[in-house]
Amino acid sequence: MKVSNNIYLDYQATTPLDPRVLEKMIPYFNDRFGNPHSRNHSYGWEAEEATEIAREHVAKIINASPKEIVFTSGATESNNLAIKGIADFYGDKKNHIITCVTEHKCVLESCRFLNENENFEVTYLPVRQDGLIDLDALQKSIKQNTLLISIMGVHNEIGVIQPLKEIGNLCRKNNIFFHTDCAQAIGKIKLDVDEMNIDAMSISGHKIYGPKGVGALYVRRKPRVRIKAMMSGGGQERGMRSGTLSPALCVGLGEACRICNDEMDEENKRLIYLKNRFYEGITSKCKDVYLNGSSEFRIPGNLNISFAYVEGESLMMGIKDLAVSSGSACTSASLEPSYVLRALGVEEELAHTSLRIGIGRFTTEKEIDKSVNDIVKEVNRLRSLSPLWEMAQEGIDISKIEWAEH
Amino acid sequence: MAYSKELIDHYEKPRNVGSLDKDSEKVGTGLVGAPACGDVMKLQIKVDDKGIIEDAKFKTFGCGSAIASSSLITEWVKGKNINEANQIKNTEIAKHLALPPVKIHCSVLAEDAIKAAVNDYKKKNRINE
Repeated sequence: MKVSNNIYLDYQATTPLDPRVLEKMIPYFNDRFGNPHSRNHSYGWEAEEATEIAREHVAKIINASPKEIVFTSGATESNNLAIKGIADFYGDKKNHIITCVTEHKCVLESCRFLNENENFEVTYLPVRQDGLIDLDALQKSIKQNTLLISIMGVHNEIGVIQPLKEIGNLCRKNNIFFHTDCAQAIGKIKLDVDEMNIDAMSISGHKIYGPKGVGALYVRRKPRVRIKAMMSGGGQERGMRSGTLSPALCVGLGEACRICNDEMDEENKRLIYLKNRFYEGITSKCKDVYLNGSSEFRIPGNLNISFAYVEGESLMMGIKDLAVSSGSACTSASLEPSYVLRALGVEEELAHTSLRIGIGRFTTEKEIDKSVNDIVKEVNRLRSLSPLWEMAQEGIDISKIEWAEH
Repeated sequence: MAYSKELIDHYEKPRNVGSLDKDSEKVGTGLVGAPACGDVMKLQIKVDDKGIIEDAKFKTFGCGSAIASSSLITEWVKGKNINEANQIKNTEIAKHLALPPVKIHCSVLAEDAIKAAVNDYKKKNRINE
């Protein structure tokens, strides 16, 4: 059932559930309702078996062992559990964490929490103009007491891919734990926890065509990484995460991982084609359009584009058949433009003009073509309304005008 | 966020878009806001010998509420005496468009824009308050 005529281009916000995933999940809402932790009857065994098969699928896509996978409620919980859990376990030995200014809020807030409440020192690495961290800067920020480095795999706003293998190397050499938020990376790039020396990795269900409300945390066993649990309870998930698992959700996450693992190469080819079609369509018809973040180290399903002289929210209002998101302040309660774009050094006026286009598994060529048409039409209309566009056409340098900031 | 019908109408069919000759003695220009803040309004009025605004034009870089606020105010000031136009309050604009609280600043900007345009006209023609 389609609820609207919208073309969905917001795959970094969430993804629709793959029908194949839903099909696998349904029995666990119906007949197979057992508690996977019940040891005494077939209802429990059946549910447990399903969660363990799911665990294998999750492990396989990152080349881990199923025993290293802890099911959680999603990437936010996984990030909290990894960062606070490692900090709480080892905090009396080392108390310095390195992360990056463009990380997801749940990583930044977890670090801030540790800094404010648990005597942790946190280094927030800047990013280069292309959105990637500088490995030299990372190396220089390592100290004697550095316990953990947390850097995400693929960025949710700008889609850039961080050099995980190089970061992992650096961590291993310096005896530092490496945690990576891979909510947006799973199924988009090849991940191998051994090759990349990753000690902990956060995974989300709903970013990979699985259900919302489920995720996982990979926690390395050899050499062992210890985590202090955040919730008290029955000690499920090897003591790291108490609470009864939802077999349906676990099965959904597992099946989503299985499909991603099997189809990633084919899917990426298709997405590259669609992304190029989109980007070339826009740039051939519109000037003064800028891609935010690296074009080389980037997943094909994400484009973050600034349309100079056109404010992002007004653009979104105009392209009402398209579901996209914007880095413009006006779409958020804070009235601040995206902290991520600002960290890239994107000027505030351009940050206000950005759109995030997320392309995914169910995007069609026809949808891409209509989106390009709609966006070009609306950008042209709004530019004809824009005093900044008018000034630019008259050769006036907008940055030289003394604006009254309000 | 659901916007009012009036707001969407002004956003989709903005009135009085364009520019007047900023060098003309009869034209007052107001340019307010800042690109870094995400909204810039240019509002121009053309005033006749009796001090009546005979034409008004605008261009706005900003969100839908900012575009609608400036479109609306150009409609309101036409035919008004410059001193009357100067009395328009942002709250009237906000009310008419049913602006949500986070968008009130858009109506403030429209009020600032008309004041700046009137001011510019008065300065050009050496009219004291």
